[in-house]
Amino acid sequence: MVILPLTLTAATAHMRGKKLAGPVSLTLAQKGFTMVIGPNGAGKTTLLRLMHGLQRCSGGAVTWAVPASEAREKQAFVFQSPIMMRRKVVECLAYPLRLRGVPKPEARASATACAHRFGLGALLESWAPLLSGGEKQKLSLARALIIEPEILFLDEPCANLDGRATREIETILQDVQARGTRLVMSTHDMGQARRLAQDVIFMHKGIVHEQSDAARFFSAPSTPEAKAFISGDIVE
Amino acid sequence: MSDTGNGFWEAWRLILSLDPDLYEIVFLSLQVTVSAVIIASVIGLPMGAWLAVNRFRFRRYVIAVLNALMGLPPVVVGLFVYMMLSRAGPLGGFGLLFSPSAMIIAQVIIITPLIASISHQTIRDLWAEYHDLLISMNATRAQRMKALLWDGKRALLTATLAGFGRAIGEVGAIMIVGGNIEHITRVLTTAIALETGKGNFAFAMGLGLILITLAVIVNLLIHIIGKTERASTW
Repeated sequence: MVILPLTLTAATAHMRGKKLAGPVSLTLAQKGFTMVIGPNGAGKTTLLRLMHGLQRCSGGAVTWAVPASEAREKQAFVFQSPIMMRRKVVECLAYPLRLRGVPKPEARASATACAHRFGLGALLESWAPLLSGGEKQKLSLARALIIEPEILFLDEPCANLDGRATREIETILQDVQARGTRLVMSTHDMGQARRLAQDVIFMHKGIVHEQSDAARFFSAPSTPEAKAFISGDIVE
Repeated sequence: MSDTGNGFWEAWRLILSLDPDLYEIVFLSLQVTVSAVIIASVIGLPMGAWLAVNRFRFRRYVIAVLNALMGLPPVVVGLFVYMMLSRAGPLGGFGLLFSPSAMIIAQVIIITPLIASISHQTIRDLWAEYHDLLISMNATRAQRMKALLWDGKRALLTATLAGFGRAIGEVGAIMIVGGNIEHITRVLTTAIALETGKGNFAFAMGLGLILITLAVIVNLLIHIIGKTERASTW
């Protein structure tokens, strides 16, 4: 059961009458690491939320290769500020499995193995809301990956992290991508975009200005806004 | 003033004398109140969670009514339950009037809105925090309510304890539906009202001190068992 490709046709998001993003039309192929970049307020988060289904379309459509209810089971989302359930780390990791009806002992065993894989082995019995910022984000990532999603959305996962935590997250992401998980991530760290991106979606004022191969985007951006953004100018 | 002081010694004398009548009254007070709190929690906590995670047309009005019901006058509840349970009432056939069961029914009606309303406020805040995560994880409505009730359990103890506090000190309703019958429906609050009426102020004061102590002990025990107010576990 393959849920990709994902197609957005003139998808638009409004909040209390104000337009957040759109209309956006694009297609996400089955493989790859897509980086959504653009200045603050460009609608990067809204675009990810639209794709994932956290944000309702006020116009247009978001369509997967399978019915939406099936597609929801195979995707996960990592938020910019980690949402920690008031539980122990092992219980946080087991929770997505428990939601899918996995019996408690098996869910805990998988959670333990998963924690070790992500370097959280020593924290299994720690209270999740009391972890450090980097640990919380690693836990979020592990929690998203434990269900083996086909596609993973990440909304500026390293925005509040130090260099070391950022490097750890990036290593995990590259590894996950190499194993075939489709990644869609937003960032406004251009260095990170250059390190990780295979293709790029450039957003500005809620509209997708460019969607292209990463190498081509960074060497020869086709819109003046993208050119200005890459060269470090303020884009209004 | 001397009655207050005498009440203090009277309380000790009562406790130390192992007066069986006193222990009977204390035990019945606890039995009625704890039963009422358990029943009201089973109804009120899920109701609070349900109101927090569901959006429907008249939600705001339901919550406003629920908040208003927190201030339900016990005497009126007592009268209502009395009419329901009296021989001529719709539930008269069960013969429950002037029994501890009738007192429990009245207290459940009084404290369920309180527990539901406080738990709704608690869970609403937690839901605001969890909303995106649980939606993203595709949790069903029942799973969302379960997670919120479970993760908010320590804060929800406060709702339950507020219900306990209201019920253990309640006198108007249980006086009407229980009748303050010695050895059957006499509890601490109704006994205090009776003794005060008879002019036995010291004795009434002694019972009052025991009632307050009882409420404090139950609260402390729950807090210790629930491990609330500890930094490491919230």
